[in-house]
Amino acid sequence: MKNIGSPSFSRRSFIRTSALAGGGMLIGFNLFQACKPEATPPVDISQLNFNDFNAFIKIADNGMVTIFSPNPEIGQGVKTAMPMLIAEELDVAWENVHVVQGALDTKNFTRQVAGGSQSIRQGWEPLRQTGATARQMLINAAAAKWGVDSSECKTENGVIIHANGDRLGYGEVVKEAAALKVPENITLKDPKDFKIIGTDASNVDVDKIITGKPLFGLDYKEEGMMYAVVLRPPAFGKKIADYDDTDAKAISGVQEVIKFGDKIAVLAKDTWTAMKGRNALKANWTSDAKLENTEEHDKILTDLLNGKEFKTLRADGDVNKAFAAADKIVERTYESPFLPHNCMEPMNFFADVSAEKVRLVGPIQTPERTASRVAELLERDVNDISVEMTRMGGGFGRRLYGDFALEAAEISKIAQKPVQVIYSREDDMSAGIYRPSIKYKISASIKDDKITGYHLKEASVNSNMYGLIPNFFPAGAIENYQVDVASYDSNITTGAWRAPYTNFLSFAEQSFFDEIAEILEEDRIKLRLDLLQKVKGTTDERIQYSPERLEKVIQVAVDKSGWGNAKEGVYQGFSAYYCHNTHVAEVADVVLENDIPVVKKVTCVVDCGIVVNPLGAKNQIEGGVIDGVGHAMYGDFSFKNGEPQDKNFNTYRLIRINETPEVETHFIESDIAPTGLGEPTLPPAGAAVANAIKAAKGIRLYKQPFIKHMKAKAPLG
Amino acid sequence: MPIFDLKINGQSHAVDADQDTPLLWVLRDHLNMVGTKFGCGIGQCGACTVHVDGSATRSCLLKVSMVQDMEITTIEGISDNASHPVQQAWKEIDVPQCGYCQAGQIMSATAFLNQNTNPSKSDIRDAMSGNICRCASYNRIEKAVELAASKMS
Repeated sequence: MKNIGSPSFSRRSFIRTSALAGGGMLIGFNLFQACKPEATPPVDISQLNFNDFNAFIKIADNGMVTIFSPNPEIGQGVKTAMPMLIAEELDVAWENVHVVQGALDTKNFTRQVAGGSQSIRQGWEPLRQTGATARQMLINAAAAKWGVDSSECKTENGVIIHANGDRLGYGEVVKEAAALKVPENITLKDPKDFKIIGTDASNVDVDKIITGKPLFGLDYKEEGMMYAVVLRPPAFGKKIADYDDTDAKAISGVQEVIKFGDKIAVLAKDTWTAMKGRNALKANWTSDAKLENTEEHDKILTDLLNGKEFKTLRADGDVNKAFAAADKIVERTYESPFLPHNCMEPMNFFADVSAEKVRLVGPIQTPERTASRVAELLERDVNDISVEMTRMGGGFGRRLYGDFALEAAEISKIAQKPVQVIYSREDDMSAGIYRPSIKYKISASIKDDKITGYHLKEASVNSNMYGLIPNFFPAGAIENYQVDVASYDSNITTGAWRAPYTNFLSFAEQSFFDEIAEILEEDRIKLRLDLLQKVKGTTDERIQYSPERLEKVIQVAVDKSGWGNAKEGVYQGFSAYYCHNTHVAEVADVVLENDIPVVKKVTCVVDCGIVVNPLGAKNQIEGGVIDGVGHAMYGDFSFKNGEPQDKNFNTYRLIRINETPEVETHFIESDIAPTGLGEPTLPPAGAAVANAIKAAKGIRLYKQPFIKHMKAKAPLG
Repeated sequence: MPIFDLKINGQSHAVDADQDTPLLWVLRDHLNMVGTKFGCGIGQCGACTVHVDGSATRSCLLKVSMVQDMEITTIEGISDNASHPVQQAWKEIDVPQCGYCQAGQIMSATAFLNQNTNPSKSDIRDAMSGNICRCASYNRIEKAVELAASKMS
């Protein structure tokens, strides 16, 4: 079993303090990396920079606490949940805590703190240690003032209390505390004593969001900034041959037309003029590369699945032997299309490239990597580059890639002006870094009504599954087990999409086990639970999931969803999955309206360890489930001669509110360190819906999107 | 370029823009009112929703030349200090995830509730179906519109 712990943390090298000139104490701290020896927090709050520290806590002399962090917020709620961890151990009232986005005028690049459903898991210990250390310093300062021993003092909501009843507010000792040595060996609270963790906290930016304040990359403006809209090759595999910008330049307000690589940027003082200018460009395209088609991908992936060129990622026992000895072999193939991310805020970035420095501002999940790529592109020292993060209008993986920031930097360098590159929706959907099209072939050998072998083969466009995923369920549960992968190199760009690798794998696997249960005429739940029994007590350290925790979410989902006792006309489908360190079970309730399956409700049971902010956590869970249902039902994206066939929401269908099931969430109570929530409720949703549609209509779905394949016939078992 | 006189959130603005410029970009680029968001540019996602003479309208499709003499309301103008019942409901239910689409959602909900003070769940789902939320905060949008309706009645 994998130990679900936290990184070790040595306080002394991670925390420094200063007394602020205007009163108050400033604590600079670093997550995941030690402070430089010479690093000290500034004494003037206006001088905060995130070069030496990646966050600051200010405790004012009135006791108010402000947390300054340049952390990006994609929408997963970490900007609220991470400060809760600090406030818990600092022992202050949450209403006295303010969270402030790090100033945007940082001179050096800010550090990427976390991402990918890992923020809370990785910050769990260090953030609490930081709060606890600051609290101890305040206690030590009060004890020194009173001339008593620190051990005789406790704290309560921002007040230090001595055993004799004397009280001092944090604000009254901040000056003294700031001068103290940073203590070591701090004991953290027992989870049962938590007062903030486990309570509902609203999104800290909610007021700004509901009043339309500038927060996002697209809202960023500077004096003299030009908007740049870019004409890119219309298809993957095409290059520019020649172009004519006469009409574009004739448009009033178009300032400049800049060719860079195979792209042409039109610059104007407003977005609309830049868009019109771009649309007026005439270009001829040429190609010396393959122009790919979806039909061709289908054939290539099918051939790969049926071929012999695989890389084996895990092999237990001997699947060939098991298959040779089987009474019956069940083999099914599952197929998915490409998917675009479609963040509601289209890709955009600001760049100001000058002889002295390169300033980049915008929505990005990977500022450090982007800074080094821009440095390489512009042949500049990386220390010349600053990357400042804005709030992000969705990420889903797309903003891990800094392609749009590189474009902005290149255009600004040539134009010698500050520019903001703006993608139209069509640009965003057709210059994507897509979830690749994938096919799985899963085979099981059955002997004496038991599963004796399980062989999963993956064929994907570009690469897909890797790393630890072959060690997820059902690894360890079936004696003869093998995972093989094969891929086809395409010039269509692909990458991480919410719950990478498992977003479709979970559908395939959880549909397969559901069908196996039907074939074996066994109870669907019992089949899953029986498999988990075999994993209990395993000594295989590669196994990622906990059979006990997966069993528990399954049992609670059965109970809470009324599994087996659905009302007449309600058809249920089950699914359970582990990914991103979190265990999830889902039951979809489907009804037939005019004979069409409609998903009415999804009951979702989650074991993510301790729930830091239930209000925010449920929001992630609801969103993940509905996103999973929506893309499984409707998500479809294809290519013809290298060109994406959908470019906007008039033909590309995203789930809407009138198609949305109610999501009912239940958490497993736990005192285990928290794990991620941004992704893990998405993967099981597709199979829960597919299994419910099977129950409702008798149709077994093997391909996404369901809307397109609902009429497909089930193969003969 | 022609000058257009626009009445936005009760104030007059003289805007120098091409007549085919969508109101969305006039608001965002000419007037620096960035609460109204760009999502698709073809009226499919609702991120750019504003009120024109009280009706929810996609500002990405509305030319600046067509809205003179009309009362335009944007997210910046529906209340002081987020005091509109719809904004309060959004806060109480803690609707936003990334938050990008929410101004448009709030504008659609506000116009809808001005017309229908006692909506059913299915009225709400129909009325809000023109606004996409990619984070899928739909359950909460539904609850918040219900709550706002009860606050407004």
